[in-house]
Amino acid sequence: MSTVAAPLAERAAAPEAAHCRYVLRLADTSLVLGQRLAEWIGHAPALEEDLALANLSLDLIGQARLLLSYAGELEGAGRDEDALAFLRDAPEFLNLTLAEQPNGDFAHTIVRQWLLDAWQLEIYGALERSSDGRLAAIAAKSLRETRYHYRFSSGWLVRLGDGTPESHERTQRALDALWRFTAELFAPDEIDEHLNSRGIAPRLPQLAPHWSARVEQDLREATLARPATQPYPWQGKRGVHSEHLGHLLAPMQHLQRSYPGARW
Amino acid sequence: MSAEGQVWELLAGVPDPEIPVLSIVDLGIVREVRREADGRLRVRITPTYSGCPATDLIRGLVRQALDGGGFADALLEEALSPPWSTAWISAAGREKLRAFGIAPPEEAVRGARGGAAAAVSCPRCSSRDTRRVSEFGSTPCKAHYRCEACGEPFDYFKCL
Repeated sequence: MSTVAAPLAERAAAPEAAHCRYVLRLADTSLVLGQRLAEWIGHAPALEEDLALANLSLDLIGQARLLLSYAGELEGAGRDEDALAFLRDAPEFLNLTLAEQPNGDFAHTIVRQWLLDAWQLEIYGALERSSDGRLAAIAAKSLRETRYHYRFSSGWLVRLGDGTPESHERTQRALDALWRFTAELFAPDEIDEHLNSRGIAPRLPQLAPHWSARVEQDLREATLARPATQPYPWQGKRGVHSEHLGHLLAPMQHLQRSYPGARW
Repeated sequence: MSAEGQVWELLAGVPDPEIPVLSIVDLGIVREVRREADGRLRVRITPTYSGCPATDLIRGLVRQALDGGGFADALLEEALSPPWSTAWISAAGREKLRAFGIAPPEEAVRGARGGAAAAVSCPRCSSRDTRRVSEFGSTPCKAHYRCEACGEPFDYFKCL
């Protein structure tokens, strides 16, 4: 069907739909990353790191709850945070592909966390000045927590990279494996551009150099090499995911799908 | 006493579920008590950490206190902005934390990343010769420390 023939209601709803999708992308990245970190509970290399990863997870899921509730209101279809978290399938999830990558070893988890913490620092830092007051408030709150997360993940990146030959080698391996997902972080599409034109969202290409500079500096301190591989433009934020997301959602959503409406 | 004053007093009696020596007023969770044009009272509270599991419980406790204190028609609202920070914990709250064995947040000393620890005073012997064991502790709001002078392990209310 051609866009010219789109019904009036659909056209009128389009700006709100873009707004909703933008908020969902942020929400889903936090939710999926938070769920990944929760998989470490009881399995981390030391008790302190077990607590740390669980705490990061709690913050991220807390941020996701605020964002999902807001996305549900923007959508206006009566879906609340729980319906959005537990009753959507993988193609409806709009998280960055990097967030859903498996935990791997501790180095993998730290590198993934550090890349995304550095991304959230830029995104939340910019959204603090968004024309959307609700989003600005959530961003301002999340930014303080993200600074703490980044201190943890960048601290570990340096300890592991500039550590023993084995920790160095494994961290470099993790970086080489995950680097290919970074092209998506600052690649704008029509939703980003539309929201930027309304003063809601930042211009992603403007943020990219700040992220790059921070990442380069940390890598130098960690004696790690920036991978030469060309990152591939994944499209998780458009609902096109790697094979891992479905496996993450299955245990997360099982209870609500098998026992709809179950409560604690 | 004004109705606003009564509500503040009432809420000063609501303990934080996680650290019951502190009230939610000590923690800076209660932001505003105001009379609206229509005569109803509006109470605004703010969540602490996004991931704090006590947030829902606190909202319920505030509602309960308002209903039980004769303010059943008061509106209860949650405000995210400006974001809560540990700087909002009152001086009295800080002393209560210390007496309870939790080192209060020290906004002036933010720790460097990695292993270096901020100079936090031991709540037991006041020594500043302390070591950060973990940036994350038993709840989202705490880090884990140990005093090198007296050997006491303790929680530090981390800065946000």
